[in-house]
Amino acid sequence: MNNHPAAVKMRNITKVFGSITANSEVSLDIRRGEILALLGENGSGKTTLMNMLSGIYYPDSGSIFIDDREVSIGSPKEAYAYGIGMIHQHFKLVDVLTAAENIVLGLKEEGKLDLVKAGQKILKICEDYGFEVDPKQKIYDMSVSQKQTVEIVKVLYRGADILILDEPTAVLTPQETDKLFAVLRNMRDDGKAIVIITHKLHEVEDLSDRVAVLRKGKYIGEMMTKDTNSQEMTDMMVGRSVSLNIERPKVENAHPRIQVKGLSVRSSDGILKLDDVSFTANAGEILGIAGISGSGQKELLESIAGLQKAEKGSITYIGDDGKETELLGLTPLAISEMGVSLSFVPEDRLGMGLVANMDLTDNMMLRSYRKGRSPFTDRKGPRTLAQSVVDELEVVTPGISTPVRRLSGGNVQKVLVGREISLNPTVLMTAYVVRGLDINSAYTIYRLLNEQKKRGVSVVFVGEDLDVVLALCDRILVLCGGKVSGIVDGRSAEKNEVGMMMTKLGGVRNEE
Amino acid sequence: MKNKTKAPLFHITKRKMLPWHRRWFIRLIGILLSFVVCAIITMVMTGLNPVEVASSLVYGAFGTPRKCWILGQEVAILLCVALALTPAFRMRFWNLGGEGQILVGGLACAACMILIGDKVPNGLLIFIMLVSSVAAGAAWALLPAICKAKWNTNETLFTLMMNYVGIQLVAYFTIVWEVPKGSGKIGIINQNTNAGWLPQVGPSKYFLNILIVLALTVIIYIYMRYSKHGYEIAVVGESENTARYAGIKVGKVIIRTLLLSGALCGLAGFLLVGGTNHTITTTIAGGRGFTAVMVAWLAKFNPIGMIFSSLLLVFFSQGASEISTAFSLNHSFGDILTGIILFFIIGSEFFINYRIHFRKS
Repeated sequence: MNNHPAAVKMRNITKVFGSITANSEVSLDIRRGEILALLGENGSGKTTLMNMLSGIYYPDSGSIFIDDREVSIGSPKEAYAYGIGMIHQHFKLVDVLTAAENIVLGLKEEGKLDLVKAGQKILKICEDYGFEVDPKQKIYDMSVSQKQTVEIVKVLYRGADILILDEPTAVLTPQETDKLFAVLRNMRDDGKAIVIITHKLHEVEDLSDRVAVLRKGKYIGEMMTKDTNSQEMTDMMVGRSVSLNIERPKVENAHPRIQVKGLSVRSSDGILKLDDVSFTANAGEILGIAGISGSGQKELLESIAGLQKAEKGSITYIGDDGKETELLGLTPLAISEMGVSLSFVPEDRLGMGLVANMDLTDNMMLRSYRKGRSPFTDRKGPRTLAQSVVDELEVVTPGISTPVRRLSGGNVQKVLVGREISLNPTVLMTAYVVRGLDINSAYTIYRLLNEQKKRGVSVVFVGEDLDVVLALCDRILVLCGGKVSGIVDGRSAEKNEVGMMMTKLGGVRNEE
Repeated sequence: MKNKTKAPLFHITKRKMLPWHRRWFIRLIGILLSFVVCAIITMVMTGLNPVEVASSLVYGAFGTPRKCWILGQEVAILLCVALALTPAFRMRFWNLGGEGQILVGGLACAACMILIGDKVPNGLLIFIMLVSSVAAGAAWALLPAICKAKWNTNETLFTLMMNYVGIQLVAYFTIVWEVPKGSGKIGIINQNTNAGWLPQVGPSKYFLNILIVLALTVIIYIYMRYSKHGYEIAVVGESENTARYAGIKVGKVIIRTLLLSGALCGLAGFLLVGGTNHTITTTIAGGRGFTAVMVAWLAKFNPIGMIFSSLLLVFFSQGASEISTAFSLNHSFGDILTGIILFFIIGSEFFINYRIHFRKS
């Protein structure tokens, strides 16, 4: 594949945001007929670099050559003119329009808008590469992976032959990922240049022909994928040697802590989000919850935390003394007043777990500010706590008076997890706790969860990366469309089996 | 494909946090530039000497002790309304009903003065006036607050409409209580007995109002910054989800905060009717319910900063009256100058947060 000339050459690209240098003197080649994996930890500047290629940012210095001609890309429109299209992590689709309408949106074609013709062209693209898109389907009726497909077709429809995909698998099941990869390979064989931004090593190994590594905004190196391995790539990514094994300490004297029976939850627009869910979470173990995103994970955790009204069912908390407390129907305040110490790291860190514009100290007191009868807040304790979280979890911040929105994703998460653990919980629920975190931060979080498990805390871990769920959790509850698809042992379960259970109730065994 | 290799003419990047002296330096440049533009506009539009106009502006605001006291009184009332809006705004509840809340507060005050002015001792009367003004203002804010808390209605429209109800209510009672009959005005209430007039404290009849509002400034500053209520308000304003997560009852906080906001607007009505004007008209609030929004935003909801932002706005408004009489200009000319200066002050925030890079030629 080396004989292909470079379609894009980026030379000495630098981009600075305020005090942060996102990219520093980066040079990179992208070739046609090749899949390039752009690998790096969070905040290493992968997305920024590609955003400069797709016209969203403009480089402070450096130059971009397309087919050996120097170009200036000032807007996404100009990027399309050069055949560059990017599929972002967050989809940019209009919900109430159909696939075809979304695809032609913003295109200035001659003559009248002809959706029939557009539909035919869309189907032709689908046929060529093996997509499945119904041009007449509305976006709000689509699954996440269908929406992603629409995004890709949108880019192809505009004639892009240099495609950039920003963490495309973050929202997909293993089966959907396989399908996407097959399509990407088809496009590569058709001579398109493809860049995928990722921090998942097994995807790099599965899919890419060449891999380029960025670290802290700098270009570290590149190699042919077939000549490298996970350990080498990780070491390049992190800058030192790291162990890739997730610890799983043995479970000791586990006993029931939370018993959920027949829980059904309906969303405000009447959709059944949880349907007759029953399970037990034990103290001293990590219970994993796997499922396609939106299978009821959020509703399940929020019901236990007292944030979600349930239609029927019960959630019983069993204290160390055997005392049983019904949690369903209680507010978060009432739950904590009953002496149940429940910690919850929600999926939406800055929109629910923390207050983005407040500093570390004020965020530390979010759950404890009521203490004492004084009408005034006491910031002494929270300040000490903030300082100790910063020290112990190595949070990178200018100080404890910095608003948390200024911290990077990993550090935000450390602040949140640090606070929740400081409450001395008996139950610790986490939703997508390592999403978007770099390897170092993720391993810090795994270590903290394991420590809590050893302390006898009942840890509930909602995860999206099945490899992690399988390596970390003692038991795994698989949700499928709001129903319990099964509960498997984390030590013996197979990835494929769990993947099937996520898409189909009961998984493989049902088919037999 | 276009064959363009030039960089764009300029592009904008976000700055890191500037040290305070750099921020004030940028603001100072903004204000100086606004003076230059004001001077040019003055010369072009009126042919007058801008220095003379400027000195007349200052004279209008600070020229005599009496002018100074009036300025202080105007600042006090405007500041009082801005302080009233602050808790609601920090909670992202856009209370645009200040005007109506002041009016009904003032109306309640006037009603007490008219109806029981000569029946109870003066001290008790003033107390009743205070309580009813505060309660009326609070009630005016309570209605939109309840609807917001229960059904998540749009508070901006709701509070805005409540203004018109308030104005019509005052218009109605103006006819009921008009003196003399047929004048369409209430006139000075209790002119002979001075019943219900706030007593003069210190050197001027305006001094008491100024003292009350200064004390209020400190109280609101402490309330917002150090009280548990203030913390809850900030959390609800940032994200209702976070508030629920932390066990805060969002509806309760909304209602409690709006009661406070309306009560303080009612207090402003009390100070206007009982302390300064001793009468009520539909225009007594004078748009302060809206001007105060600007005062609060300019100071970024910091009560201490609001002293300066309200002073700035009142200074220009008083000065503008002076130049309109001294140079027989329309009062709007002063408003034009105020607008230009505000534009530059707000515009300088852009240059504090962002930096413009021009193409290196």
